[in-house]
Amino acid sequence: MEVVSFLRDLSEAAGVSGYEEFMRELVIGQFGQFADEVRTDKLGNVIALKRGDTQGPGPCIMLAGHMDEIGLMVTQLKEAFLHFTTVGGIDPRVLLGQEVVVHGRRDLPGMIGARPAHVLSQAEREKPLPVDKLFIDVGLPREELERLVRVGDVVTIYRRFIELRNGWVAGKGFDDRAAVAAIAFCLSELRRMRHQWSVYAVATVQEEVGLRGAITSTYQIMPQVGIAIDVGFGLTPGQPEGESIKMDKGPAIGFGPNIHPKVHEALVKAAEALEIPHQIEPVSGPSGTDAWAMQVTREGIPTGLISIPLRYMHTSVETVVIRDIERTGRLLAGFINRLDETFERALCEQPRVGEAM
Amino acid sequence: MILKELSEAFGPSGHERPVRQLILEAVHERVDRHEVDALGNLIVLKAGSGRGAGGRQPLKVMLSAHMDEVGIMVTHADKDGLLHFDVVGGLGSRTLLAQPVVLGDDRLPGVIGPKPIHLQERSEREKLPKVSDLAIDIGATTQEEAEKAAPKGTYGTFATSFAVLGGDLRTVKGKAFDDRAGCAVLVELLGKEYPFDLWAAFTVQEELGLRGARVAAFRIEPNVAFALEATVCDQLPGDEDRSPITELGKGPAITIRDRSVVCDPRLIKHLVRAAEAEGIPYQFKQPGVGGTDAGAIHLVKEGVPSAVVSVPSRYIHSSVSLLSLVDLENTVRLMESALLRLPDMWSTL
Repeated sequence: MEVVSFLRDLSEAAGVSGYEEFMRELVIGQFGQFADEVRTDKLGNVIALKRGDTQGPGPCIMLAGHMDEIGLMVTQLKEAFLHFTTVGGIDPRVLLGQEVVVHGRRDLPGMIGARPAHVLSQAEREKPLPVDKLFIDVGLPREELERLVRVGDVVTIYRRFIELRNGWVAGKGFDDRAAVAAIAFCLSELRRMRHQWSVYAVATVQEEVGLRGAITSTYQIMPQVGIAIDVGFGLTPGQPEGESIKMDKGPAIGFGPNIHPKVHEALVKAAEALEIPHQIEPVSGPSGTDAWAMQVTREGIPTGLISIPLRYMHTSVETVVIRDIERTGRLLAGFINRLDETFERALCEQPRVGEAM
Repeated sequence: MILKELSEAFGPSGHERPVRQLILEAVHERVDRHEVDALGNLIVLKAGSGRGAGGRQPLKVMLSAHMDEVGIMVTHADKDGLLHFDVVGGLGSRTLLAQPVVLGDDRLPGVIGPKPIHLQERSEREKLPKVSDLAIDIGATTQEEAEKAAPKGTYGTFATSFAVLGGDLRTVKGKAFDDRAGCAVLVELLGKEYPFDLWAAFTVQEELGLRGARVAAFRIEPNVAFALEATVCDQLPGDEDRSPITELGKGPAITIRDRSVVCDPRLIKHLVRAAEAEGIPYQFKQPGVGGTDAGAIHLVKEGVPSAVVSVPSRYIHSSVSLLSLVDLENTVRLMESALLRLPDMWSTL
């Protein structure tokens, strides 16, 4: 399965939180090639099932990667321009000069502009412009604009996929479509392996606005184990090393309160046994990923977290290494391949009275 | 259309060769002479058909448009394989964040990646980073690899591609409309005939201080000059009670005065009359903003009466600018009308 072309299609498609239709088609098309069933739920999550060898009802694992991206939304038509707000966490400093598509009555290409520097005071020139001083310009006169755009229309950043050196690629929405690609790669690897547990591969919606797709999809699936695959801060100069994971060194396996220790341990063991490059990512609190919601669904789900190293998060030039995506997919497939009754029992293991602390 | 190729061509100040080559291909059959000078200006002569108007000397008209765009230059690679750079011409970090760039004539792709918002302190969010704090990521992981791919001194530009946005104004977007739009107008004008010697200078290094135009004008010794530019079009809603610098769709902008030149009022009158005679829309650019090649040309030797005509363009000096093809075509029409009528008013100059 070709990760680069699937990632390119995902990245270039428009799918802001709550408006993931185009993503759905792409994901169904890809997951459907490797799964036994694919369906969507009431919020728009794509849920694909690949059955395991266990006859009849048996344990299942859920993999979740979110397909929504951060974006913008029109708040006002002002003369021939558009005021807007952000959907998800966007740094206004990275918006100036970005190309966009306004999804009005038809898709309108445009850009984000602002007053030129020389009309600003010296003090203003040294500060970044806040969102309310930025405008979207689609190059149309007011009358045409009014007919095609209205308040509430969704706006996506326009960025063509960029291939850098050494298998590094840059583009928008790699958070978290790199993970969706990794999950697809995992499913394709599983076709060559046996696995007892069934696998639910979920491309979730609305993660960027509150992990919402994860809440409802986990509820429906009731997995024995849930693994969220998201992106982590790829080490870049000037970034605190303590908060970063290294680029091209493989998936980072999360450890901390959001992660069930036995799931963490089993992931690490699988990586070591299969000699897949990997790293450990300490996560001392909320992981900021679907795992945070999955863990507290129903009576609680043992969760794991895998992070794909990514630079420049939440900008239109997010950068990942293709090898890291493939390693993530292979790690997940290898982990799933080793799931058996022993592990299932280990997860539910109860302490005995009198045993050592 | 040539504007697309011009816009996408690679030509930061000091490295205009690819643009020059493109323009030479486009005009060499239309002109009688072409030469490239020591700075890289492309100077072409279209000899007049028929006599110029009488008067003290034969009419020698210079039109200029600059080939260079603002860009960057690699200064060094760091130990992590990231490339650090300086800006070439008027560019600030404000418009460099999260932008793809291309380096060198091979157009090696890279991205200027900012620190994720999640990891910024509050104080960082309220400031713009310095250009020296930014770096270009090309996917190299060692200093040696990065240095080999883009050695010190490698030029770079934004990676923006040209496209038509459409609508009644036939707007288009692309990089470097300042001043490839001016170059496109000049290329078009060279396709017509004039009753006097027309010298067209496709100049270099305007963005570094109007440097190419100065030497080209010295070489040409024109009697009258017009600079063709793309100029600030600021129609965005603002608080102050002031009319926009220029407006899209209102036609070519005639400069009265900018920071570099007070345009010759006789030429301004001439341009207005030429426009009105043909029913061509035009506007005046708000005084006091910007500078152009005319700033250098008008002070060469004993001086040259000069004027500036511009295509209004939004967001110049950023990664993507916008203009109206209707305005561009009207700029060509206005200049053609003004040039053809020039011999008659020349005797009064």
